Order: sequence, then structure tokens, then C-alpha cells
Amino acid sequence: MLNDADRIFTNIYGWGDTGLKGARARGDWDKTAKLLALGHDEIVERMKASGLRGRGGAGFPTGLKWSFMPKEVKDRPHYLVVNADESEPGTCKDRDIIRHEPHKLLEGCVVAGFAMRAHVAYIYIRGEFVNEARRLQTAIDEAYDAGLLGKNAVKSGWAFDIYLHRGAGAYICGEETALLESLEGRKGQPRLKPPFPAGVGLYGCPTTVNNVESIAVAPTILRRGADWFASLGKENNTGTKLFCISGHVNNPCNVEEEMGIPLRELLEKHAGGVRGGWANLLAVIPGGSSTPLMPIDVCADITMDFDALRNAGTGLGTAGVIVMDKSTDVVQAIARLSYFYKHESCGQCTPCREGTGWMWRMMERLVSGEAENYEIDTLEQVTRQIEGHTICALGDAAAWPIQGLIKHFRPEIERRIAARHSIDAVNAAE
Amino acid sequence: MLKLTVNDVEVEVEEGSTVLHACEEAGVEIPRFCYHDRLSIAGNCRMCLVDMERAPKPIASCAMPAGDGMVIRTDTDRVRKAREGVMEFLLINHPLDCPICDQGGECDLQDQAMGYGLDGSRFSENKRAVNNKYMGPLISTVMTRCIHCTRCVRFATEVAGVPELGAIGRGETMEITTYLEKTLASELSANVIDLCPVGALTSRPYAFTARPWELNKVESVDVMDALGSNIRVDARGAQVMRVLPRLNEDINEEWISDKTRYAIDGLRRQRLDTPFQRGRDGRLHPVSWDEALKSLATALRKAKPKGIAAVAGDQADVESMFALKSLMTRLGSSNIDCRQDGAKIGGKRAGYLFNSTIAGIDDADALLIIGSNPRIEAAVLNARIRRNWLASRMPIGVVGPKIDLTYDADFLGEAPSNLDAIADGNHKFAVKLKKAKRPMIIIGMGAMTRADGAAILGKARRIAEAYGVIANGWNGFNMLHTAAARVGGLDIGFVPGRGAMDIAAMGKAARAGKLDLLWLLGADEIDFDAFSSSFIVYQGHHGDAGAHHADLVLPGAAYTEKDGIYVNTEGRVQYASRAAFPPGDAREDWAIIRAVSGAVGKSIGFDNLAELRDALCAAHPHFADVDQIAPTKWSSFGGRAKLSAEPVTYALSNFYMTCAISRASETMAECVRANGVDSSTAAAAE
Repeated sequence: MLNDADRIFTNIYGWGDTGLKGARARGDWDKTAKLLALGHDEIVERMKASGLRGRGGAGFPTGLKWSFMPKEVKDRPHYLVVNADESEPGTCKDRDIIRHEPHKLLEGCVVAGFAMRAHVAYIYIRGEFVNEARRLQTAIDEAYDAGLLGKNAVKSGWAFDIYLHRGAGAYICGEETALLESLEGRKGQPRLKPPFPAGVGLYGCPTTVNNVESIAVAPTILRRGADWFASLGKENNTGTKLFCISGHVNNPCNVEEEMGIPLRELLEKHAGGVRGGWANLLAVIPGGSSTPLMPIDVCADITMDFDALRNAGTGLGTAGVIVMDKSTDVVQAIARLSYFYKHESCGQCTPCREGTGWMWRMMERLVSGEAENYEIDTLEQVTRQIEGHTICALGDAAAWPIQGLIKHFRPEIERRIAARHSIDAVNAAE
Repeated sequence: MLKLTVNDVEVEVEEGSTVLHACEEAGVEIPRFCYHDRLSIAGNCRMCLVDMERAPKPIASCAMPAGDGMVIRTDTDRVRKAREGVMEFLLINHPLDCPICDQGGECDLQDQAMGYGLDGSRFSENKRAVNNKYMGPLISTVMTRCIHCTRCVRFATEVAGVPELGAIGRGETMEITTYLEKTLASELSANVIDLCPVGALTSRPYAFTARPWELNKVESVDVMDALGSNIRVDARGAQVMRVLPRLNEDINEEWISDKTRYAIDGLRRQRLDTPFQRGRDGRLHPVSWDEALKSLATALRKAKPKGIAAVAGDQADVESMFALKSLMTRLGSSNIDCRQDGAKIGGKRAGYLFNSTIAGIDDADALLIIGSNPRIEAAVLNARIRRNWLASRMPIGVVGPKIDLTYDADFLGEAPSNLDAIADGNHKFAVKLKKAKRPMIIIGMGAMTRADGAAILGKARRIAEAYGVIANGWNGFNMLHTAAARVGGLDIGFVPGRGAMDIAAMGKAARAGKLDLLWLLGADEIDFDAFSSSFIVYQGHHGDAGAHHADLVLPGAAYTEKDGIYVNTEGRVQYASRAAFPPGDAREDWAIIRAVSGAVGKSIGFDNLAELRDALCAAHPHFADVDQIAPTKWSSFGGRAKLSAEPVTYALSNFYMTCAISRASETMAECVRANGVDSSTAAAAE
């Protein structure tokens, strides 16, 4: 269990002052100029050494991502874009950072932007986050007034501006290239890769898109040292992470914990345990709605980190832990997720556009059992036809929950179909 | 050059190519829907997936840049499964209405479903239905069939320059629409029909009229403007059913204008299918060819040679002009003119050609347009200017009224006298022109048909010479004609001989009662009031202005009904082919002239088309070089008179109706109605 001394987000619950004064008291903006004095490349090297992996879901090493930016600014400016379009069902960590620790994010922008030789950061915030956007804008204004942003940010001589941009409420705009499209004023549709944003990003310029949490932890990592961060968690899965625990637990919460904490410990220590006791657990979705669910036997001794969860056939994703106890209609739950992905598919590429609707409709029939057993296999095959064949990962995200369901709960689906058939038979006989 | 291996075959492709190009280079056909050579890459259909070594999942070959040493496989199980999967997804919501779909038989989806489709459907849900969208009188929509490849959207935005098509909604409710459900305001709009890989966008005028396999397809050349766009004429029996573009990288690439495509229904209306003679009652009466020829022979014999004149219209083929010129020579008259609009051009060949060639537009880095609206006068050429501008943002200046050209241009004033300042170097556009390495000038008929046309031409030549428009290996001095017949007519010298009358002089002579006989070879756009005292012979295919004023009508053949030579604005010699026969008693034009020569007993030396072409090529050797542009020498031309301050007007104001065929076309009339006032004239009126 994480020591309080090792916590990065010490005000994640908003119990302290969320303004600049409170943030300074907690150590934010403390000699930021000294961090910048390390130099562009040294910051990137230290971030690499810390082993921080992107907190947006894919888990790509953050320092490595920064190092993809050109080492020299040529005719095109560099941009930092912060992805605050947190829309993954079951995930609400970025929201609390913005609400209660906005200065961590802003300081992170300055550090990260400086490291990648950018003078401008855009924070693309989810449209539904109305109050959060207000809160963040207030923090930005405070920072400007205090001289932490602007022509001579943190008195380092480095000009740095932060612009807040509100999205219009589309899940797909959380995909980094769709976010850039949306930021440029176009329809939010993912771009083809290559070229990657580090080469051709916002307005055709080198751009890095990072998750809020990845950026917000950067200053603390640099202050306390890459070794400190790397000493937490497990190898290749270092540091601390905000977990969002929701669903059938006694005390749903956001909590910062060490990477690699056992799931059971996470739930029992912080969330008051599963409603009705551990034995009442049905399944857990470990990393936001996109990741396949795990039944209780897998949950028993799984640890919460990228590699362990990947080996278990699921993923850490955003660490949005959705707990479902035995009262859950798990088929209905996954069908609801399928509806979400059908609704949020951008419609650009064929497999996702056509496949998400098809999957949802089949899922709805599986909920009521109005199907044949072979259709379970058809559905499975359809998920495989989408997975890996789309422009962005939304297709995969739509396919995985269903694959997880079929893998672990096929007997439940078959039971419903059989039940429905017997009702139909009775009705037919009458 | 990059080296790749595709299915164990090594290929080399140029830097900047895609994996799809490399596969094609290796002879592997890659199925695709969204990818199109001339549009930006969308990569959304996912049909072109291939396996790349070390890639965890299949890649979209259309969007993946080729890299040195890549190992590509297109024949693996994974690729086949991926494509079959995509095909199934495309088909689940695609209606099974091929039997009533106009795309049937030439449908990409149909064809590729043969290769990658399953034999049955696993989709037991309801199919999606989508409301059709109104896109104007040319494009018929069945949006349920749409597979969202966005080719049409990209064409409208990129090539046509009218960003009026787009997608609204997302996921499976995404729909392609014109947003406001209005006519696509482009002269190139119907190209989206060719681009659509399915039957979502089909041809409205052609709807349900024919199947592709019952059409006789003839490769020919368009005459609706002076570009000589390469077309394929599809005919069933005697009827031309449709016109499609034919690939020619040097001229029209693979686009054609809406007029080229759709004016053909005018070929069925107002046709002259028998000779007519004006009777004592002042009305035209049908007569036999014998009677017509006899009465023409009488009139020709009665007329003084100096009182005979001939004018060739804008769509005349070179052969008939050559035959008519020969006959006029035999009759002792050199009162001939192929410039019915009175344009002050002719003589030195470099002075009336699009010297840079149409493809040369791609190389220009500054452009001065004088009295031309290329968007209307040569819509396909305008798209090429736009493409260059999109890539290079070259400075473009226009002398003439303000218009929407689909690209940004400086309007330098409406009067040609503005050219003086440019020639003197006292104009801000002169600086841009001076800086350019390959500057280009395009002169339109709007300038050339003015009284000071020759002076404008001379001034333009001097600007060209002073600003490097004529440099080593580069000649950017361009005349943009509006008439398909014009360059051919000038090339064979269908212009008045020494001391003879041009069109203006003919009118003057006619008013003085000194013009006995005027022979119009398809010329409808002249001032007929001037010629009320002359005996007018109209040889042509439509009952348009010429026939209405004629005393004798000789029914000829339209461009789809004869083999003929046309020379486009670049000076490129092209052979058009007959797709159908002329209606009724109408005959090919050169044959009519030959018959008249027999009737008046003045032999013109050939009895069939082959002999005529031999004589033509003997007199003008460059006509033997099909699809070639004979090299021309730069020389002095044009006048030196003072330029007028009177504003230039463009030669054409209504794109859709410019000739007898398009004026007779119902489709073109509908386009005029649908567009209200033509978009470009509306802008000019502001």
C-alpha cells in the first residue's frame, strides 16, 4: 500500500485549497524554473528513466513519446496538446485532477512543453465538463496573473501559453488524432497513421498529445527524481496511478495507489470491499469500458498493472475499475457498452461503422435470448472482423468487451437462449 | 527509388509512393473503394488491407507510404479474411437491389463482392435505410446504397472547389449530403457519378434508360468547349445514351464538364432531318436533296463570286471546313471566316494557341488571365489551375469583372487599359509576374472579340516577352478558345484571303446589298439582322438561329454522328469518331459540300473521306500527326493601338447553353433553372 509521503495528488479529494495559494503550499510551482534549467533533453531523459507509461489507456512510455519530437524547431512550431477529453465509461480521474489539482496539470504543461520545445499548449477538455472547464480556466488565469505563464513563464525566459478548448461531447475526440481534427475545427474523425502527430500533428506541425494524468505527474517526478518514481510499483510498470473504482463496492472512489497493487487489496482497502463480500463478486472490468471483463477467479490474485492485466487477456486501460456483483445482468451490461460504442463510432471506416451497430443488435437479442446458439460464434467472429482492421482503436474497444463476455460467460448466454426457446415452445403449443 | 518485396516479387517504386502503388507495380490487384488516384487519401474503406512484415495487424496499403525493404504479402489467409470481413460489413447495410440499380454491371461493389463476398448473409437484423438527398438535376441519389467512401466529398472539396458536400452524423447514422439539399454549384458536379463506386450517386438524366452491356461504346472527342476533352460516347442504335470521360492525362485527365456529359439529350431535339427551302409564303418547306442541291446550284451560279461568303461555326470539323474552303476557292471567292464572334485572331500560329499546353498549367508559378472566365469557358482546365493554386498558392491576376473562379485571384480591374500599367511595370501584379520563373498568360475570347482585340493581343505579347513568359523551354502565352472548331479553322486558313471579307465586312456588305449568298456551316451565333438581304444557306444539325433565318437548309451531322478532326486550344489534332448515324436524310457535312460541288460542276478533288484527309494532310501536314501538337515558332503578332478603358465582358455568361446542341437540351435547361442565374454571372453582377 502506498505511503502517504509518496502520494503525488495530495489534494485529489479537494479537501484543501484548490487555488494557486493552496497548490503552492503543496509544493506545486516550486522553483519550476530550476526544473526547466535541466534543459530540454535532460527532462526527456529523466522522464524516460522514471518509466512512466501514458495514463490515457495505451500505456506508451511518456518519455519515449516526448523524444519523438524533432530536436530542433524549424519552420513549424511545436505544440503540446493535453487530452482532457476523459469520456471512457468508468473513468473519472482527470476530472478530479482538473477540479482539485489544476495547477499540477498547468505546471506539467510548462515542463512538458519546454521539454518538447513547444511554446503553446492546448488543453482539449470534454464538453460535458462545464464546471471543470471553468475551474481550469480560473487556474490558468491565476497562473497568468502570477507570471507563471506568458511571455516569461515561471521567470525562465521561456514563453509559454496555455489555451483551453472545450469539445462538443464526442467520445471519439479522445482519440489523439480525432482530437487534433476537432481542435482544428473539423469533424472529429481519427487520422491515418503514419504520419504520426510528432511529425505532422496540429495544423501540420510536430505535436505531442498526452493524457492529463501523464502531464500532471511530470513535475513531481522531476522534483523527487526518476529513481523515486521508478522505485514504486513493479518493473516496467512503475510509479503511482489514480484508480477509479465504481460499481458494486461499498465505497466507490478515486484513489492513488502504487502500480501493481493486487485488485482485491485495492477494492478492500480503499473501496470498502465488494458489496455483499468478495464471494458476491461476479466480474470486474479493470480499465474502463474498453477492456474485457475478468470473472472472480481471475480477479482473486490479479495485480493492477499493464503487463499482468495484458497477460490475463485484458488491460489496465485508464484504470477505471468497474465492479459487478452477482446481482448484475452481465449480458445486459455488455450490451449497454455495445450501444455506447455504436453511438460513439465516428462512422469513418467500414468495420467500426457497420460492425458496432451489428454487434449491438446481436447483443440485444442475446440479452433476451432471442437468438440461436450459433449466433454467439457469429458475434465472436464479427468482433474479430473489426478488431485490428480499423483506423483507430475504437473498433478494438468495441470488440473487446464482447470477446471478454463470450470467453467467460458463454454458458450464461446459452442458458438464456435455451430459456427463451422453451418459452417460445410453450407459447407455440398453446 | 525504393525497393520492396510484394509476394516474393521485388519491385522498385519512386519515393513518395504508397504500398498500393508498389503492389500494382508487382502486378497485384488491390481491391479498393475509397482510394482514388486523383483525390486525397482517406483510407476509410479498409478494403485494401495487406500484410506487412513485422506489423501486428494488416495495414491499409493505400495510405501506407512505401518504405525501402518493406516485405508485403497480399495472399495470406489473414489478408483474405480481413477483406472478406470488410466486404461483409459493406454488404450488411447495402440493399440487395442490383437488378433495379443503374450502377449494375459497372459497380465496384458488385465486382469486388464476386471476389470477396460470402455466398449468404449472416445479418439477420433490419437493414439501414437512408433518406435520399436532392443534389440537383444531374445527380440522382439512392443514399441507402452509400458505402461512405467519401470520394464525392473529396472531389467536391478538392477538385471542383465547391465544399458543399460533406458527411453529417456519425457511426452508422453518418450520411453524405449537400447539407442544404441544393444543386451542387459546380460545372464539374456530375463527375461524382463516375467516382461513386456504388449506385448511391447515379446519373439522373440517364436513369433507367440502358444497361452498360447493351451500349455501343465509341471513343471520341468533345466539342462543347475548345479543350477537346476525350470522351466515350455510348450509343444504343441511333441514340446517344450517355457520354463518359476517357483518360487523357494531357487534357482532361479523367474529368469532363457537366455540359460535355449532359448536353447530348439536345441531339434528339430540334434536329434537321431533311432539307428545307423557304417558300413564297416565307415558311420553310421540306424538300428533297435533289431539289435542295439544284436550287443551291442555281443560287451559286447566279451570285457574283465576290458576293459569295461562307462562315464556319464553332463545332465544325476540319474536314467540312476544308471541303467548304476548297469549294469557295473553286467558286472564286475567298470570303471565308471561321470566327463568327469576330475575334481578332489568326495568322501566326503561336498567337492563337494555348502554347504551354494544358498540362503545362501544372508548371506555372504565376498566372495573368485577360478577359477569360476559365470556370465557364473550360471548366476542366479551371480545375487544373485550381490544383496548381492549391499546391503552390501561385499569384493569379484577372483583367475582367469579379467572378468566383474556385481559387483566389487578384482582380486587376475590368478595363484592358490596366494592362498598360502591367506592361510598364507600374503595377503590384507586375512585381509578382516578374518574380515568377514560369509565368503564364491566358487570354480569353472576351478580350479578343472586342474592337481593340488585336491591340490587347499585341500588348499581351509584349508583356509576355518582357516578363519571361517566353523563355528557354517555356512558353506560357496561352489563348483559351471557346470554340472547338476555331484552331482547326485557323490552321487550315479558313479566314478571308487578301482583300476579302471577314465576318464584320460581310455584315457591312450585306447591309449594302452587296452580299448575294452567305453559307453558314453550323454558324448560329451571328447577327442575322445584317444579312436579311442575302440568300442564306444553313448547313447544320439543329433548328437553331441559323436555320430560322435560312433560305435553304442542308441537314448535317452532329459531332457524334461523323468521323471528324478537331484541333483543341493547344493545337492538338484529335480524331472524333461516329457513334450513331445522323437522323433522317441528314448527311455528313463534308459529303454535303461534295454533293454541292457536283451540282455546280466545280470539282473539289475528293470523293470520299480518305481522299479528303489525304488532300488535307498534303496541304497541312500536321493533321497527319494524331494527338500531337505541331511545334510552333514564336513570332510577332497583334496590334499596337491604344487599349480602351471600356470594361471587358467575358465571352460566355451561361455555362449550360453555348451552342445549338446545349440550347436544345432539356437537361441543360433544367440546370439553368436549378442554378437560378448561373453562379459566375451572379458573382459578376455584384
